[in-house]
Amino acid sequence: MSRTAREAWDVVVVGAGGAGLRAAVEARERGMRCAVICKSLFGKAHTVMAEGGIAASMGNVNEGDNWQVHFRDTMRGGKFLNHWRMAELHAREAPERVWELETWGAVFDRTRDGKISQRNFGGHEYPRLAHVGDRTGLELIRTLQQKIVSLQQEDHRETGDYESRLKVFQEYTVTRLLKDGERIAGVFGYARESGRFFAIEAPSVVLATGGIGKSFKVTSNSWEYTGDGHALALLAGASLINMEFVQFHPTGMVWPPSVKGILVTESVRGDGGVLRNSDGRRFMFDYVPDVFKEKYAESEAEGDRWYQDPDNNRRPPELLPRDEVARAINSEVKAGRGSPHGGVFLDVSTRLPAEDIKRKLPSMHHQFKELADVDITAEPMEVGPTCHYVMGGVDVDPDTAAAVGVPGLFAAGEVAGGMHGSNRLGGNSLSDLLVFGRRAGLYAAEHAASFPGAGRPVVSEADLEAAEAEALRPFGAEGGDPAVSEGPAENPYALHQELQQAMNDLVGIIRKGPEMEEALRRLTELRGRSRRAGVEGHRQFNPGWHLALDLRNMLLVSECVARAALERTESRGGHTRDDHPAMDRRWRRLNLVCRLNGDSTEPGADPLLGRVRLERREMPPIRDDLLALFDKEELVKYLTDEELTS
Amino acid sequence: MSYEAHFKVWRGDADGGSLVDYTVTVNEGEVVLDIIHRLQATEAADLAVRWNCKAGKCGSCSAEINGRPRLMCMTRMSLLDPAEPVVVTPMRAFPVVRDLVTDVSFNYAKAREVPSFVPPQGVGPGEYRMQQEDVGRSQEFRKCIECFLCQNTCHVVRDHEENKPVFAGPRFLMRVAELDMHPLDGAAEAGIDRKRGAQEEHGLGYCNITKCCTEVCPEHIKITDNALIPLKERAVDRKYDPLVWLGSKIKRRV
Repeated sequence: MSRTAREAWDVVVVGAGGAGLRAAVEARERGMRCAVICKSLFGKAHTVMAEGGIAASMGNVNEGDNWQVHFRDTMRGGKFLNHWRMAELHAREAPERVWELETWGAVFDRTRDGKISQRNFGGHEYPRLAHVGDRTGLELIRTLQQKIVSLQQEDHRETGDYESRLKVFQEYTVTRLLKDGERIAGVFGYARESGRFFAIEAPSVVLATGGIGKSFKVTSNSWEYTGDGHALALLAGASLINMEFVQFHPTGMVWPPSVKGILVTESVRGDGGVLRNSDGRRFMFDYVPDVFKEKYAESEAEGDRWYQDPDNNRRPPELLPRDEVARAINSEVKAGRGSPHGGVFLDVSTRLPAEDIKRKLPSMHHQFKELADVDITAEPMEVGPTCHYVMGGVDVDPDTAAAVGVPGLFAAGEVAGGMHGSNRLGGNSLSDLLVFGRRAGLYAAEHAASFPGAGRPVVSEADLEAAEAEALRPFGAEGGDPAVSEGPAENPYALHQELQQAMNDLVGIIRKGPEMEEALRRLTELRGRSRRAGVEGHRQFNPGWHLALDLRNMLLVSECVARAALERTESRGGHTRDDHPAMDRRWRRLNLVCRLNGDSTEPGADPLLGRVRLERREMPPIRDDLLALFDKEELVKYLTDEELTS
Repeated sequence: MSYEAHFKVWRGDADGGSLVDYTVTVNEGEVVLDIIHRLQATEAADLAVRWNCKAGKCGSCSAEINGRPRLMCMTRMSLLDPAEPVVVTPMRAFPVVRDLVTDVSFNYAKAREVPSFVPPQGVGPGEYRMQQEDVGRSQEFRKCIECFLCQNTCHVVRDHEENKPVFAGPRFLMRVAELDMHPLDGAAEAGIDRKRGAQEEHGLGYCNITKCCTEVCPEHIKITDNALIPLKERAVDRKYDPLVWLGSKIKRRV
C-alpha cells in the first residue's frame, strides 16, 4: 500500500521558468486551480540567466519591423526546419506578450520617446530585442513571479488563503507522469527538503522543464537542466522531435577552467563587439555561407557603418546566426589561430567607451572582473563555444501545445520541439516561453475544464508503488539488481562526469559517424551502471540521491541526441557532420521522431539499439501565403524542386 | 598552481551539528562552490547545498564564508589565505534544513505582504511611456537576485527572531521603494499608500541605516542610500522618524 500523500488540482505545471509561470498565470486566470512544481526555489529557474532580450517585432526602433519580417528571420535561422505554424504564431503574438509584461510591472530599458528599447541581435534584420541591460531573463522571471504573487494576493482577499487557487511547490521534483489508460492522470515525485514522496492528481499536466545541457561538460546551463521533461514525456508515451539539434552558443567563457562554459551574451556583438583571432583578424568575414551572402557586409568598413546607418549598409558577420559563428570559432581554434586558453578574442574595449560598456553590459563587466580578472572595458575577452540550448523537444500540436499521443499532456518552452527548427535565434527563446507558455496554460485549462468532476482520470495504486520503488532504488544499490546489471554500487557523480565527457567529445559541435556509434556504446554501458548508482545517508535534502535520479533522464535524452544525430546525414543548423558537411534539401522535409520501445527485453534484440526507437516523418508543407514572404531565389536554397513546383 | 586547502564545513540539521574538517584540492581560478562540489563528488556525496547557475545570477548559493555572508559561486579561492582554514556555514538568520541549506520561507512570506504593482487606469498594454532617467532607480533595485544575504545580515532580525513578524527586511523594503518610484504605478489611485505601508506594515522604522545590507549585496545595489533612506524621507510627512534626520546628515557628508 502506497503511503504517498495525494492532492488534487486542475492543472499541474512542471517547471517554474518563463514558460511554466506564464502557463500557470493563464490557467489560473481561466479559472482553474493550478499547481506549479518548481525544482529549485521560486525565482531561480534557468530563465534567470537569459541576458540579451526578448525578440518581438514592436517596431519601436525601426518602423520597418513587423511579424512577417520576424517570421522570415526565424525560418532562416532554423534553416527552414521550423514548424512554420509555430514560427508564425510566435512572430504574431510576441509583441502582445511583451507589452503585457509591462502591465505586470516589468521595467524595460526605454527609447528616447519613452517606448520599450530594442537592440540588435544575430539573425534579426532589425533591432528587435526588448531588454533590461544584459539581465533580461532576471526581469522576466521576477515579473512573472511577482504576477503570481499578485494573483495569490487576490485569492487571499477572496478566500483567506494565498494558495487556494495557485500554489508553488518549491524544491519539488517530478520523477514520473501518471496515466489512467491513455490519458494523463497526474504527477509523482519527491520533496527535496523532507525527501517525502508526493502525487498530484490532475487531468492536465504542462511540461515546462527547459533543456538538457547538463549532459554536456562545457555548458552554460544550470544544474536543473537534466532533460527531465524530455524524459518524462518519453516515458509517458509521447515522442520527441529534432533531438539532433543542439545549440552551441559561440561565446562562453573559456578561462579559468572552473567557469568554462558560462555564457557571454550575444549583446556584446549586438552592441558593437567584434571577434578576432590570434593574428588580430576579424575572421567572421571569411565564414559567411552562401545562403546569407547578400545579407551581410563584405568589408569591415561597411559592417562598422551599419551600426549607425542600417538602411544603407549590411550587418557585420559577427551577427550571423549562432550556429555559423560557433563553427567559425571552432575552425579558427583548430587551425591554430586561437587565444592562449583555446578560444578566440571578443573585443568590445576598442569599440565602445568604457562608460557605455558598463551601462549596456553591466553583468558581463561584473562577471569577467570577478571570475577572470579581466576588465572588458580595457582588454578583450577570451571566448569559445558552449552547449546552450536544445532545439529538439516534445512533439506538440503547434496551436495548443498539446503533446502528440498523450491526451492531457502539454509542453512549452525549451522542452517543446519544432519552433526553432535546426537553430534558434538569440532572443527567440524568451518570446517562445511567453507565447507558448500562455498557449499551453490556456489549452491545459480548457482540457481540465472538460472534466467537471466525476470522470476525471484516476491515479492507480500500482503506478504509485512502482514510482516509489524506482525512486528508492539508489538507496539499495549495493550489488544492484543482478537481473539488470551485476556489480558494485556506482558513484552518481562519477557517472555524470563520464556522461558529460562522452557527449562533449563524441556528440559535440562537430560530429562524425564512428564517434557517435562509440557514444552510443558508452551510453549503453553507462545506462547499465547507472542502474547501480548508489547513495549514502537519508532522504532529507540529499544531492547524491537527486543526481542518481536525474541520471536516468540525462541518459535517455543523450541517447536520443546521439541516435538522431547519427541518422541525419547532412549538416544543418545546430547539427554539423564532418562526414556530411553539406546541407541537403531532401533532409529539410524530414523530422526524426524518437519514441521509447515498449519492450526493451525482446529476445534477440541488439543491446546497442537500446530503448529509443527512431522514425522519419515528413514535415507538413508550408502555407502558401507564408512561402510568398520569401523570394524564389532564396527558397531554392532550402526547398526541393518538387516542393517548389507543387 | 594546485594546493591542498583545509575546509571546515558545517554539517547537521535542525537538531544540531558541527564543523567537519576536510582536506581538499584547490586548482587555479576556482571558487568556493567548486570546492564544495569536489567534496560532494569525492567524499561527501550527501553534503546538502543549494546552487543553480554558478554565475552569480540566480542567488541560490548564499552561505557564510569565514563568517561573512557571500555567494559561494562568486567567492574566488584566491581571495582567501591558503594557510588558514576556510570555514563554510549556513546563513545564520534562517533555520537550518540540512548542512548549508536553510529554510528561507520567511522571505517568500514577506514578498506576499507587499502590495503588487498596480497598472495605471486607462493606459493599455503597449501604451506605457516612461523616460529612461525616470526608470533608472527602479531598475537598480530590480537587479536584486534574491540571494537574501541582506536579509541574513540585517541586525534587526539576525539575532532577533522576535522582530521577524513586524519587519520585512531590506530586500522587501527595497521592493516597496522600487514600486513607489515606478513612474506609472497606480497604487495611490487605488487607495494604497506605499509610504505608510513601509512604516506601519513593513517595519521601516526598525532600520537604523547601518548599511550592513549594502555591504553584503553581491549586485552592489546601494540599498540603504538609494532605497531605504529616500523611502524614510518620503514617509516623513506621514510619521516623524528621527533617523531620517540622521540619514540626511550622513548622506550630505559622503
